[in-house]
Amino acid sequence: MKRFCFYMLLAIAPCGASGYIFAQNVADTVFAADEVAIGEVTIYGVRSKATVRETPPEQTAAREVIPVQTLSGGELQRLSVHSVADAVRYFSGVQIKDYGGIGGLKTVNIRSMGSQHTGVFYDGIELGNAQNGIIDMGRFSLENMESVSLYNGQKSAVLQPAKDFASAGSVYMAARTPEFAGGKKFNIKAGIKGGSFGTVNPAVLWERRLSERVAASFGAEYMYTTGRYRFSYRKKNGYDTTEVRRNGDVRALRMEQGLSGKIEGGEWKTRAYFYGSERGYPGAAVREEPGMFRHQDRQSDASFFMQSSLKKRFGNRYSMLLSAKYAYDYLHYRSDPRLDVTAMYVDNRYRQQEAYFSSAGSIMLFDWWSAGLSADLQYNTLSADLAGFVYPQRYTGLTAATTALHLRRFRLQASVLGTFVSETTRTPDAAAGNRHKYTPAVAAWWRPWKETDLNFRAFYKKIFRMPTMNDLYYTFIGNKDLNPEYTTQYNAGATYAREFGSRWARRMEVQVDAYYNRVTGKIIAMPVSNQFRWTMLNLGLVEIRGVDAALANAWQPGTEWALNTRISYTFQRAQDFTAAANSYHGDQIPYIPLHSGSLVAGGSFRRWGFNYSFIYTGERWNASANIAENREQPWYTHDVSLSHTLTARKKEIRLTAEVNNLLNRQYEVVQCYPMPGTNFYFKITVNI
Amino acid sequence: MTVTPNKHIAVLLLCVAAAACMQACRKGEEPAAQPTVTAVAPAAPGEEPIKGFFLLNEGNMGSNKATLDWFDYETGQYSKNIFAQRNPGVVKELGDVGNDIQIYGGKLYAVINCSHLVEVMDAGTARHIATIPIPNCRYITFSGGHAYVSSYAGKVQADPGARLGYVAKIDTALLAVVGECSVGWLPEEMAVRGGRLYVANSGGYRVPHYDSTVSVIDLNTFEEVKKITVAINLHRMEPDSHGNIWVTSRGDYGGAGAGIYIIDGNDAVSSLQLPVGNMALCGDSLYTCGTVWNHATGSSTASFAIINTLTKSVVSNSFITDGTGAAMQTPYGIAVNPDTREIYVTDAKNHVTPGTLYCFAPGGTKRWEVTTGDIPAHIVFTRKKLI
Repeated sequence: MKRFCFYMLLAIAPCGASGYIFAQNVADTVFAADEVAIGEVTIYGVRSKATVRETPPEQTAAREVIPVQTLSGGELQRLSVHSVADAVRYFSGVQIKDYGGIGGLKTVNIRSMGSQHTGVFYDGIELGNAQNGIIDMGRFSLENMESVSLYNGQKSAVLQPAKDFASAGSVYMAARTPEFAGGKKFNIKAGIKGGSFGTVNPAVLWERRLSERVAASFGAEYMYTTGRYRFSYRKKNGYDTTEVRRNGDVRALRMEQGLSGKIEGGEWKTRAYFYGSERGYPGAAVREEPGMFRHQDRQSDASFFMQSSLKKRFGNRYSMLLSAKYAYDYLHYRSDPRLDVTAMYVDNRYRQQEAYFSSAGSIMLFDWWSAGLSADLQYNTLSADLAGFVYPQRYTGLTAATTALHLRRFRLQASVLGTFVSETTRTPDAAAGNRHKYTPAVAAWWRPWKETDLNFRAFYKKIFRMPTMNDLYYTFIGNKDLNPEYTTQYNAGATYAREFGSRWARRMEVQVDAYYNRVTGKIIAMPVSNQFRWTMLNLGLVEIRGVDAALANAWQPGTEWALNTRISYTFQRAQDFTAAANSYHGDQIPYIPLHSGSLVAGGSFRRWGFNYSFIYTGERWNASANIAENREQPWYTHDVSLSHTLTARKKEIRLTAEVNNLLNRQYEVVQCYPMPGTNFYFKITVNI
Repeated sequence: MTVTPNKHIAVLLLCVAAAACMQACRKGEEPAAQPTVTAVAPAAPGEEPIKGFFLLNEGNMGSNKATLDWFDYETGQYSKNIFAQRNPGVVKELGDVGNDIQIYGGKLYAVINCSHLVEVMDAGTARHIATIPIPNCRYITFSGGHAYVSSYAGKVQADPGARLGYVAKIDTALLAVVGECSVGWLPEEMAVRGGRLYVANSGGYRVPHYDSTVSVIDLNTFEEVKKITVAINLHRMEPDSHGNIWVTSRGDYGGAGAGIYIIDGNDAVSSLQLPVGNMALCGDSLYTCGTVWNHATGSSTASFAIINTLTKSVVSNSFITDGTGAAMQTPYGIAVNPDTREIYVTDAKNHVTPGTLYCFAPGGTKRWEVTTGDIPAHIVFTRKKLI
């Protein structure tokens, strides 16, 4: 009777190990992107001393109080990847759940705490999804990204919205900021990418300087792919089958309009963003009579948001940051038996709205001591044309107080976040109760020797995720009595960086962090009543012990050569301690490998650029019982790319060729969702 | 080796018999008249003792984890997941969501719901014979050389949301679909009585517009002849030896709880106050299991009742007498060995971890338990040994 449950679960947040099935269907549910760059901007205060600086983390990663990893600029562009999700794979401590193909859902799970604990920020403001708490990172192309950063715990700034304190880990995506070289009035970047799976992906970015202080940008991108690829399943001395993935086609359009300006002691930004797509869901690749049935589940969606922020310094000691956002998300899921005889009829529309306002201020009490206070207000609604839907509205208030000591060789930051949530429903008495929670975080950084760039750091953070609206209100399954799901993190690590005068090795940077995390009251779906009814319960307990390590080197093999390498390794023992009576008590949780890692080598020679990347993911289990039937094979892929830059009439033309999965490895990240084999892309970009 | 007293007696009796025989021969008398044996009817089932049973694990949807287990009474061994090893050439093993399993004419039929097919195997070897594709197939029953399979996926009418289900008729010699008959919404289990096929319609996806009827199909014409209104969201069906058909209702998971209904020989409907999720018949005893969720305590209570099908009354509120029932998280499948009256109950737990099969003595005390595949659900006994 699982199928029955499935339809009840349709459109609900992934819960337990059964989640991935419907996650694929619905988790794409509208994200609301956002923007307004903050991440890459220097803080306004007397420069340096007061607060932990927010300069590009690539230069300061070793000095960050909180572990951070960043890919930016040329390094990001050289990776032959399409989406932000593909880039995040190169960070340590991260697992990407990937349902395969360009259109497949891709979510980020930081340190095994679950993807709903990952905050995703676009240009400084968080992307929301009150319905299921999941952001599909596969939807963000790298076309207009300046950098992608991953923070464990939280970004350690004093001046930031309260929301930046509200996730267990965060991914920050920063859009490109217009820069006009040599008195130029405008920049145009136009490109087209095409290749395997019938992919066509044109993009254009137009930037214009309106005045000394104000710049505008407009970007548009279209993507089409058939999503069709061959995949094979083989068993030793058994069957050997090759099939074609179908109904994975995607048509997506992104448009962005940005306006930014500088003012006395500060800056402002505003951005309007639209993303719309129409796509098919190929579904799980399970046993079927070959070619007999066509799967035709479709989804169309649209996301729109508008966001603005203003950051200003008053005098030498006080700074302020105001942010505001409105987002609207629409999702239409269709499954039609007229097209697919096996399908049950589904025709549901979901609409979400979010309004958000944040005010943050920071004050430098002394040169070595600063404090900040921020208050956010957020309003969310969800509507769905489902029988018995209660139409919830959520009001969230967040207040964060933070203080930072900033000595020459020692830094300390402490913050406390208060969260106040109140909900109402159109149906009387269906709403969850009010919630008030206070959660702390403390981070410390120490540099024992002045001359040696060896730093130690540690943090503790307790935070929770609210039950999503699906967890609380989804017809039948939802349980309004759910409590938040908590995570507690303890992290200790060291960083070491060294410059070498040598001609070969220029620079080396090492980061190693060990951590212990606990996820308590984990929200999971359980069958109750008669076996056909399920509900969400705060039952799970997960303990995670891990080590993240990264080594980055810069080399110069010859005068016209440049080479950068980055190696990352992750060890994670993530154990399920939900039920002591269960014989699988203490087993590794699904889809978390014990060992994983990556290697990237990218560089340039004269006008040539090249990149090689390797990803390894060790053995995993696709369910909570670590038994042979649930074992998922380790996999690894090799990707290479080569680019050449030409200059003609002051126009810069860049040609790129990519080959991904060079050895045509057949693998799955998620059980029954086969990944593509070898694939090729060509790209041409013109900069004017 | 020691000789037991029984053997002494046997040897003694043998000697007496031999002596008597010799006496007779010596006297040269006529032998006693021998009986004449004539086959006048097919052998009654149950002649051969039950050799074992197959257990079909459903597996969570989208995980392709339907698996087949085998229990052998002779060796007392439980073999988990036997299909893949016996059928290495069958692509992607048994498939996605095993929803029913039955034996007919020496063949084992497994209905694989989300693989949209019926897998036909040799009941003596569990080796693949054929697959019969049927979209969204649910349950199977047999009569007169034909298999009947219920399916959610009937012809689409004007409103695709109100699509009726159908029953596919399979010729068990050809192993091919030879007829289709439209029934109610989302049909589930079926029963044959007096040349008619009774089909429980659920309408389970059409919340709140459940179906509440049993479709009656004349097997000669293979046409629906009438509908009997019973209760919403019908599911399991079991014909007894007194001409009644027992039907369960899942309720609406809210105000209307699960229940059990009786369609008597005149198609009149009555009911018993009992939450039943699943049931198995043995003689005049209908073994049922069901659970009731208490929202206040956040826990569910399981019940394991026996109904006497002759008196139509509950004769026991707990056929598990040693308290094992309380340890079960999600009682799911139920079966009773017709020879020994041993009772089997499965625990599907959280549906994504391996379940447990419990074996109880007829008196209700646990004999053994074993770990199964994910969502152990459907059991079929066989009098043929698996080789």
